[in-house]
Amino acid sequence: MELQEKTAPEPSRKLHENPDKKRKLALSDKILLRVEKPARYIGGEVNAVMKDPSEVDIRFAFCFPDVYEIGMSHLGIQILYDMFNRREDVWCERVYSPWPDLHRVMKEENIPLFALESQQPVRQMDFLGITLQYEMCYTNILQILDLSGIPLSASGRGERDPIVIGGGPCAYNPEPIAEFFDLFYIGEGETQYDALFDLYKKMRSEGAGRKAFLRQAAGIPGIYVPSLYEAVYRGDGTIAQFHPIEEGVPGTVRKQVVTDMERAVCPERPVVPFLKATQDRVVLEIQRGCIRGCRFCQAGMIYRPVREKSVERLKELAVTMLKSTGHEEISLSSLSSSDYSGLDRLVTFLVEECRKSGVNISLPSLRIDAFSLDVMSKVQDVRKSSLTFAPEAGSQRLRDVINKGLTEEVILDGAQMAFEGGWNKVKFYFMLGLPTETEEDMRAIARLADETAARYYETVPKEKRNGRCQITISTSFFVPKPFTPFQWARMYPPEDYIGRAKIVNNAVKEQLNRKSIRYNWHEADVAVLEGVFARGDRRVGAVIRRAYEKGAIFDAWSEFFDYGRWTEAFAECGVDPDFYVMRERGLDEIFPWDFIDAGVKKEFLKREWKRAMEGVVTPNCRMQCQGCGANQFGGGVCYENQD
Amino acid sequence: MKIRIKFRKYGAMKFVGHLDMMRYFQKAMRRAEIAICYSEGFSPHQIMSFAAPLGVGVTSDGEYLDIEVGASKTSGDAIRDLNAVMADGVEITGYQKLPDNAKTAMSVVAAADYDLFYKEGYHVPASVEQFEEGIEAFFVRPSEVLVTKATKKSEKTMDLKKLVYDFRIRVEDGRPVFYLLLSTGSVDNVKPELVFEALLASMGLVFEADAVQIHRRDVYAARALKADDGFRFCSLGEMGEMV
Repeated sequence: MELQEKTAPEPSRKLHENPDKKRKLALSDKILLRVEKPARYIGGEVNAVMKDPSEVDIRFAFCFPDVYEIGMSHLGIQILYDMFNRREDVWCERVYSPWPDLHRVMKEENIPLFALESQQPVRQMDFLGITLQYEMCYTNILQILDLSGIPLSASGRGERDPIVIGGGPCAYNPEPIAEFFDLFYIGEGETQYDALFDLYKKMRSEGAGRKAFLRQAAGIPGIYVPSLYEAVYRGDGTIAQFHPIEEGVPGTVRKQVVTDMERAVCPERPVVPFLKATQDRVVLEIQRGCIRGCRFCQAGMIYRPVREKSVERLKELAVTMLKSTGHEEISLSSLSSSDYSGLDRLVTFLVEECRKSGVNISLPSLRIDAFSLDVMSKVQDVRKSSLTFAPEAGSQRLRDVINKGLTEEVILDGAQMAFEGGWNKVKFYFMLGLPTETEEDMRAIARLADETAARYYETVPKEKRNGRCQITISTSFFVPKPFTPFQWARMYPPEDYIGRAKIVNNAVKEQLNRKSIRYNWHEADVAVLEGVFARGDRRVGAVIRRAYEKGAIFDAWSEFFDYGRWTEAFAECGVDPDFYVMRERGLDEIFPWDFIDAGVKKEFLKREWKRAMEGVVTPNCRMQCQGCGANQFGGGVCYENQD
Repeated sequence: MKIRIKFRKYGAMKFVGHLDMMRYFQKAMRRAEIAICYSEGFSPHQIMSFAAPLGVGVTSDGEYLDIEVGASKTSGDAIRDLNAVMADGVEITGYQKLPDNAKTAMSVVAAADYDLFYKEGYHVPASVEQFEEGIEAFFVRPSEVLVTKATKKSEKTMDLKKLVYDFRIRVEDGRPVFYLLLSTGSVDNVKPELVFEALLASMGLVFEADAVQIHRRDVYAARALKADDGFRFCSLGEMGEMV
């Protein structure tokens, strides 16, 4: 064989020229080629919004303080990103936590944190918005501020620093992280950001400073400016008083909610990541809120009242979003999709639509019944998929305490129908450490799994079985959250939690069908820490700062979490974590979050706490209004069928 | 109908790896409403295959993927529709129909050519003359050029004399640009950095991966010549016809 000579190469185009001149990456090739997954840091994804900085008045960096693949999966940011960028005078960009490998490099080489779209430093922005989705991201907030070169304490910030805003579920008790934020937004972002931006523009054009702006912003409904409030403590450590320190600053901050879901902003062109994000699919939010009233569930309380989008609107959105993203899967999002009144019509439409175009449908948070099994058998491979039940407690007694309406009969019948339909994998989620839990309740978890397995062997004849059935039990440890009926409850030491998991584990081993049951439990120490952050007060802030200085970041990731570091930080700051978690709180105690009006009233929560102790269940919102207080917002389920 | 799509990858897109590029194109096909065919079964996937994976950090003017479509737009419309939904840094430059019996791009790949150059701001460790002499001594004059490359399990020794089809240097803006035409594909795959590193080593120099930009120019299949038993390289972009 002989090679035919090729003619000498000519330059195909100017090699040194970068055709992508608009965007110069913030990180050098040297760094990007050294870190894991460089595509986390380059921006430029399909549907990312680019604007000319000289043509906007407000630069907003929106941050999810966790790694890109997690942060990109969050629907809330997508909604606000879309809404902010619809304004011609605002450019909203995204920021995520640099992974520890890049974190190290940025610290060593003093590289300021940058926003993905413009690749420009976060510190140059007017606002840095940080969404607070779980407590264990708190040290990552400090990482973001630190890498941006923004003083950690709001009190240390000057005129050239961005206004740092917090929002999301953890903002319902903002106190442990209050010192790091200039303001918090309580409630759904769709309603008051326009007012905030307009105020900012107006005051800036008048030459007003940071302090004056914050003082005015405190007057916008839903805006909490922590520096304008003060907490006074009693000798026993509880709060004696919490009040504004300036005349005219509201004493109560009221949660903001969208009342017209039909016209609410929905991202029609979500950003499509290059990397495989946790949610690599179109997420269709079908409703907000939940009618169920589970007593441990914060989302079920703070997102009240339930508000649905219409089937027609959702059909339209589904088609638009699938087209604009090219995603091959669509997922319905809500706290309890089975309670959506148009589910049947919507799912039937999606199944038809998606069959034509090879799109998959995923249906999380569906109650297992004949309808959902029928739908699921159409959209997924029965042999490979598993069905999920979340009874949360093993015994009927304890399920009544937590107001989880699911009965054993419903679970077993659902599982049986699933087995008949060809499934043989079932997942169960439970919590340990719930109020009033006894050893009997723990052992009931194992028995429920065993009875489920027994149903399989009774129902499916040997020749039709696809091997053994696989029952997987997962338990997490219950963490009491603000604005729930369990906000008065106590937690237990990590050793105690592990003891509870062992009881379940031993009980599983005693079951007849133990070979069909697998049991996993979560870490216990991280749960206790989450509990401190969830119901902590302003004194916890120093501990978070100290732990960050000791190297704590990515605490939500077990490979980076170091409990020892936290124990030291508490000791060094003279803060006793047990004060926040290991005592049942008095009904008269003033909580750090009491100044927030989340809709649901403390009187309602107290009533529910007492009913829990009595083991009495409470009907859901559609069955009978319980007068929780959410009807003050003038919309949603509270006003259904009232025309 | 078999379609071969040619594209360029440059700018920040060089940091998007091969697997993510595959996912990227699956979504792009939907956005551009290309009537791509799906496999059968419960989780149907698009019928799509790529010619030769491009390493992270490498740019290219000649990347290829083959797809199967039920019905096709014209080449012009398809290129327009695809480019309308591309991210910055990916540009569709070709869309051709292949003969029905055509083998996939992946299976016919025989060679690829590259330009290598020192990035702006990086020191060029030798003069053009020294590099020219280096190539003469390392590659042109010897009758064999043995290098070992570490594979997953063991080491493999290759004779670059047989697998590097062209190696020369030219000057652009006063800086050297190295041209390499290399055996590529599943049998004898030679990566440009391997050759360049071996050249530098022969000159007593150290190869710094992030100092050198590797740019793929095109990918080729080998076509037998009728006249003798030689062959010529044919660009993967010249094996079909416009729709």
